Amino acid sequence: MLAPKTFSGGLHPPTIKTTADKPIIALPMPDRVILHVSQHKGAPAKTILKITDKVACGDKIAVAGGFVSAPVHASIAGTIIGAGNFMHPMGVPSQAVVIERDKEAHMTEYNYEDGLALSPEEIKQRIQESGVVGLGGATFPTHVKLTTNDTSKLDTVILNGAECEPALTTDHRMMLEHPDEIINGLRLVMKVLNVKKGIIAIENNKMNAIELFDKKLAQDKEIVVQPLITKYPQGGEKQLVAACLKREIPSGKLPLDVGVVVLNVTSAAYISYGVNYKMPLIERTVTLSGNCVKNPGNYLIRLGTTVANFIELAGGLKDDVPVKKIIMGGPMMGFGLFDLNVPIIKGTGGILCWDENEAAMPGSTNCLRCGNCESVCPMGLQPQLIKKHTDHRNWEDAFRLSVMDCIECGCCAYTCPAVLPLVQNMKLAKHMIHQQSIKDRKK
Amino acid sequence: MITDNHAAVAKRLMVTSSPHIHSGLTTARVMWEVNIALIPLLAMAIYNFRFYALTVIFASIAGACIAEFAIQKFFFKIKPALADGSALLTGILLALCLPPTIPAWIAFTGGFVAIAFGKQAYGGLGQNIFNPAHIGRAILLASWPVYMTSWIKPGIDAVSTATPLAFLKDSLKDAGLLASLSESGKTAVEHTMLTLNISFSDMFLGMGLAGSIGETSKIAVLIGALFLFIRGHIRLYAPISMILTVFLGAYFIGNDLNFAIFHLLAGGLMIGAFFMVTDMVTSPMSRRGNVLFGIGCGIITLLIRLKGGYPEGVCYSILIMNAFVPLIDKMFAPPKFGTGGNK
Repeated sequence: MLAPKTFSGGLHPPTIKTTADKPIIALPMPDRVILHVSQHKGAPAKTILKITDKVACGDKIAVAGGFVSAPVHASIAGTIIGAGNFMHPMGVPSQAVVIERDKEAHMTEYNYEDGLALSPEEIKQRIQESGVVGLGGATFPTHVKLTTNDTSKLDTVILNGAECEPALTTDHRMMLEHPDEIINGLRLVMKVLNVKKGIIAIENNKMNAIELFDKKLAQDKEIVVQPLITKYPQGGEKQLVAACLKREIPSGKLPLDVGVVVLNVTSAAYISYGVNYKMPLIERTVTLSGNCVKNPGNYLIRLGTTVANFIELAGGLKDDVPVKKIIMGGPMMGFGLFDLNVPIIKGTGGILCWDENEAAMPGSTNCLRCGNCESVCPMGLQPQLIKKHTDHRNWEDAFRLSVMDCIECGCCAYTCPAVLPLVQNMKLAKHMIHQQSIKDRKK
Repeated sequence: MITDNHAAVAKRLMVTSSPHIHSGLTTARVMWEVNIALIPLLAMAIYNFRFYALTVIFASIAGACIAEFAIQKFFFKIKPALADGSALLTGILLALCLPPTIPAWIAFTGGFVAIAFGKQAYGGLGQNIFNPAHIGRAILLASWPVYMTSWIKPGIDAVSTATPLAFLKDSLKDAGLLASLSESGKTAVEHTMLTLNISFSDMFLGMGLAGSIGETSKIAVLIGALFLFIRGHIRLYAPISMILTVFLGAYFIGNDLNFAIFHLLAGGLMIGAFFMVTDMVTSPMSRRGNVLFGIGCGIITLLIRLKGGYPEGVCYSILIMNAFVPLIDKMFAPPKFGTGGNK
């Protein structure tokens, strides 16, 4: 085992990974799914079917709406019964297609074909067609990461198995249960990019996963397993590259600019399915946990299942513990849900159902200028100063202080003794600056 | 079954922005833990100065808390936040910087103005530029200089005496005394300690020497500071650079190790360095900023002690350096990720 590495900044929130030893359970198919055309970063996909059309499981229902976009596939077989604006988990109505399941429909069969025998172009084509995006939560379309004109600088592919977000355990379970698919996915990507160095980076609170990959890759000369010191946000793309390779991705740039491609481990597994079986991304693993849940665990669920339906299929909520907060994603970066009729999307890694105690947050006071936020910020920003500017709606100065570099990891707000909504301020500032730049472009 | 009542569930859901968890280390908790760290100091103050100390402490705390309550309730019209322990902290810190024999009403006034002018005038917690406790002390020193510079020896009989620093300062001014001292081969520091009948260990433990009720015992300061350091509430860059600056400066100016140790142990250097300089609100944020801040405090302390009109300069040095904090913070912004400065 290699010596563990890490980055500067960050902190140690409680890991609360209570579901780490719960094997992934495939849940029954839902009767109805809501499939949003915007489940990824970039342009929304374009729907190609209309109401009353029949679809088989895995059929494409929307094609990529641009280069930085990904197609969406039917996650169950059935009939399209609705299309239009449905509430997106992010809190805005957006275009979606509703499919009602046809219980008689045949299971779609996927045949194996050795992906590594295909040409790099063909592999990339299949990845693009399968609709795989970054499944760690960022949902950046994977094929875009694999497209570069200049491969000369490119030398490393890193698989991100850090899973630093508290409470989530899906990547951990995927690594334990599907290591071969993950390694195969990595090899496929390395073949596409013609890269000879692969790193599987795993935080050292998942020793069983590190040992498993170490054993599987003992004879391998191209792929190494890199343990990482458990620290949040170790799984942040920029932090991960800094930890593994001591390379800093400049502000506003991508890992490609320092010769690296970073992929989530679960994404790698679905790349393997997408290429070897031509199976599109129609399901994902989701951690269900929290004090209100009857059966906490890791579940394989069809995309588009509503959160209410998912919780019900997984055993439901406890009757005697009233739920106070439902979070899609992890405690540090997930978003609080206001409605349970929103669907599970490609970026959903967890559903946390918290009771009063788990959801309790202390009240806020004035900033004490303690400097904690600065010392933990993995991006080297000054959150308290940015907050002062955004409080005065002074977006220019917030921009000058590099608010656009904020990765919204939540370290500042987590450690703030004044319990200030620092991340919320950053998000607002980023949004306003973004809107302004769109306005400026139109002029 | 969740589908039956999910509309009802959704209604009571709390929706907030991420992160959804917090370290639990809140303002109130920080303030109360600093209060706890001051317990050894309070104990030593009461042990040394008995009833005098109790009077000063209670009067100062009462002044601070009443000011906090009244201004928040009637002026800002918000719910008074006495429970966060910050007014109590200012009251205690001010009391520890006051002479034991000061009348209770002056201590009360000090606590009141410390909060009123030192904190609430700027907009309350976290908004002040200067350390509120030291603002209170500076106002008292300017207003009632005689009360603020009368000292007693610890003990029941309350004999009037000078603080070690004041005695040393007077000795160094007295040309005739210095001449006779140099004839007998003694330094001014040795003369001071002999006349006041104190040793370095007395000065460290806070036994039998005059001074503000909280500044005499260095061991009590260090115990409190150690607690704060372990709990992660203070960083040691500023205090250590301030103490080192005073020590090394005194050593090279006096060219005498005893002179340097004397300046290290005399007066309010320790309590100032560990409890005033480390005040989050009025100190810089960055590591390098804190070092610069501490060095500045040390230099000004030495300047006042050796060249200024007062025997002690910790209070003013910290107040002066407080004014530079916004500038220092501007000088030392943290290195941004991706700019090559981050290692």
